[in-house]
Amino acid sequence: MQRDPRILVMGEDIAEHGGAFQVTAGLLAEFGPDRIRQTPISEIGIVGAGVGAALTGLRPVVELMYIDFSGLAIDQIVNQAAQNRFMFGGQARVPLVVRTQGGSGRGNAAQHSKSLEAWFTHVAGLKVVMPATPADAKGLLAAAIRDDDPVMFIEHKLLYRTKGPVPEGEHVVPLGKADVKRQGSDLTIVTWSREVLFALEAAATLAADGVDAEVIDLRSLVPLDREAILASVRKTRRLLVVHEAIKRGGYGAEIAALVAEEAFDDLDAPPRRLAGVETPIPYAAHLERGVVPQVEDIVRVAKELVG
Amino acid sequence: MTIDRATALDLYRVMRRIRRFEQRSTTLFGENKIWGTIHSYAGEEAIAAGVCAHLRNDDWITSTHRGHGHCIAKRADLGKMYAELLGRETGYCRGRGGSMHIADTSKGNLGANGIVGGGIPIATGAALTARQLGTDQVAVSFFGDGAANEGTFHESLNLAAIWKLPVIYVCENNQYAESLPVGKAFATDDIASRATGYGMPGVNVDARDVRLVYAVAGEAITLARAGGGPTLIVAEAYRHEGHYYGDPQQYRTKEEIELWRVTFDPIINARAWLTSDGLATEAEIDAVDREVDEETEAAIAWAETGPIASPITPEEIYASY
Repeated sequence: MQRDPRILVMGEDIAEHGGAFQVTAGLLAEFGPDRIRQTPISEIGIVGAGVGAALTGLRPVVELMYIDFSGLAIDQIVNQAAQNRFMFGGQARVPLVVRTQGGSGRGNAAQHSKSLEAWFTHVAGLKVVMPATPADAKGLLAAAIRDDDPVMFIEHKLLYRTKGPVPEGEHVVPLGKADVKRQGSDLTIVTWSREVLFALEAAATLAADGVDAEVIDLRSLVPLDREAILASVRKTRRLLVVHEAIKRGGYGAEIAALVAEEAFDDLDAPPRRLAGVETPIPYAAHLERGVVPQVEDIVRVAKELVG
Repeated sequence: MTIDRATALDLYRVMRRIRRFEQRSTTLFGENKIWGTIHSYAGEEAIAAGVCAHLRNDDWITSTHRGHGHCIAKRADLGKMYAELLGRETGYCRGRGGSMHIADTSKGNLGANGIVGGGIPIATGAALTARQLGTDQVAVSFFGDGAANEGTFHESLNLAAIWKLPVIYVCENNQYAESLPVGKAFATDDIASRATGYGMPGVNVDARDVRLVYAVAGEAITLARAGGGPTLIVAEAYRHEGHYYGDPQQYRTKEEIELWRVTFDPIINARAWLTSDGLATEAEIDAVDREVDEETEAAIAWAETGPIASPITPEEIYASY
């Protein structure tokens, strides 16, 4: 925002309150109310205003407080932002970022805890980005804002509490580049968002048991770094995809299908998916924990895969 | 607001251009040269013409599925419009969009829109750009009576009012939301009164007379340019054709259509006042008609010689990937 006056932020409770998760805390004081625009509770109105502002020369960042609310704005995301460029024969650019957060683990129950990234990966014209670490959050957000296409930037509500090194100053992580968060030789775990942390913890446990897991953090689901996935699987010969979203129709199916189509002969075992249980997210803590993959689940399935 | 001869003739010419475009689109559709669907703006010409006469090339509009009229009034090239309907590479959208997605960003036309109410927040966002950049540009959102019952209408009008954005909302009440008559869609016969609830002026205008639309739009646009915020204009018109080409129109009678087509025709009315006010002679108006017919045929001929739409490439879908 310091380097580009065209950037503005719009959303609910983002100004004095600093955002429901304090992501925009301090921005109002630095940039003022014209660029940090607190809005009424009008999801399609503000996302649509973001589309119009993006079409006419600004670089808006619109915050949807929970990804579960994206249904209220879905027409502007899917039918307008994603398709304007194509429908208009290339006349338009829509440099819009929709920042939102999803995921379970805080007892917010079914309407505030979903993992809906697969919805957006299914729409031609949208990019979908899901950071797992503080450094990637900074670098990917910078790249998303500078990108000329509409980006769904999906954070995880429990990752706000995590700590990690963050490069000072200019730090841009290109969209569409996966990151090998841990090198390994026995199996490839492809994952994203909060499950990256779970996968790394599982990999440490597995290492103690003599299983050497490679952990790939996709970071961008669209564009997808196909080469990174295929190169890793050709090395380890085993694939496990892990995500918090429910398994049916999840993006893990896309990864498994990619590997089956492109690297079938390199595999020593069928690709496995470990994903959320096909249920709305429940409230009670023990129930909530039980419906998304935990560290011990990853360890168990990884051992089955290499066993 | 007095209208000089040049402006009056231009308003007439734009309305006549829209009417002719729609007539010829219909025949081209009948000849199976147009694919998909088209929605005729015939009968509503005074709205697009009267509003857009006040707009500059750098002002923005958002349009609807019934968008040919707005596009023409915003000074689009007829040949490129026809080429789009014919699926040609030389069309505004290179044959990717068709009738419901024609856009001309070089003239500030942010696109027709296949989603009812879809353009309302987009125009609001364009007006936000003018506000952020400190320009005196305005945005106009055209939409129908049906869209006035969509959530985007309410959210956008409220947002524009609290931020005093330079946007004019033009609700084209053509009496039917697809097949639903306005009387069954609203519990009030004064749609413009909704503006009061958002804290902005709301005006009803009779779109049989382009002079009235021109006057009301001029006030609203002047207010918006001067920083006075948004206005809701509700223009009363009558959709001469069905919702789409081929609509059997079982929801209204032939008698109604025949009567209203004659009594609610802004072009017939414009001819009458142009001559009675001494702004133009019958012969001069006939000459405009001939010129419009000739330019329309030339546009179609040009469009038909264009190459068919080229294969899709990834950079059309994403600016970078």
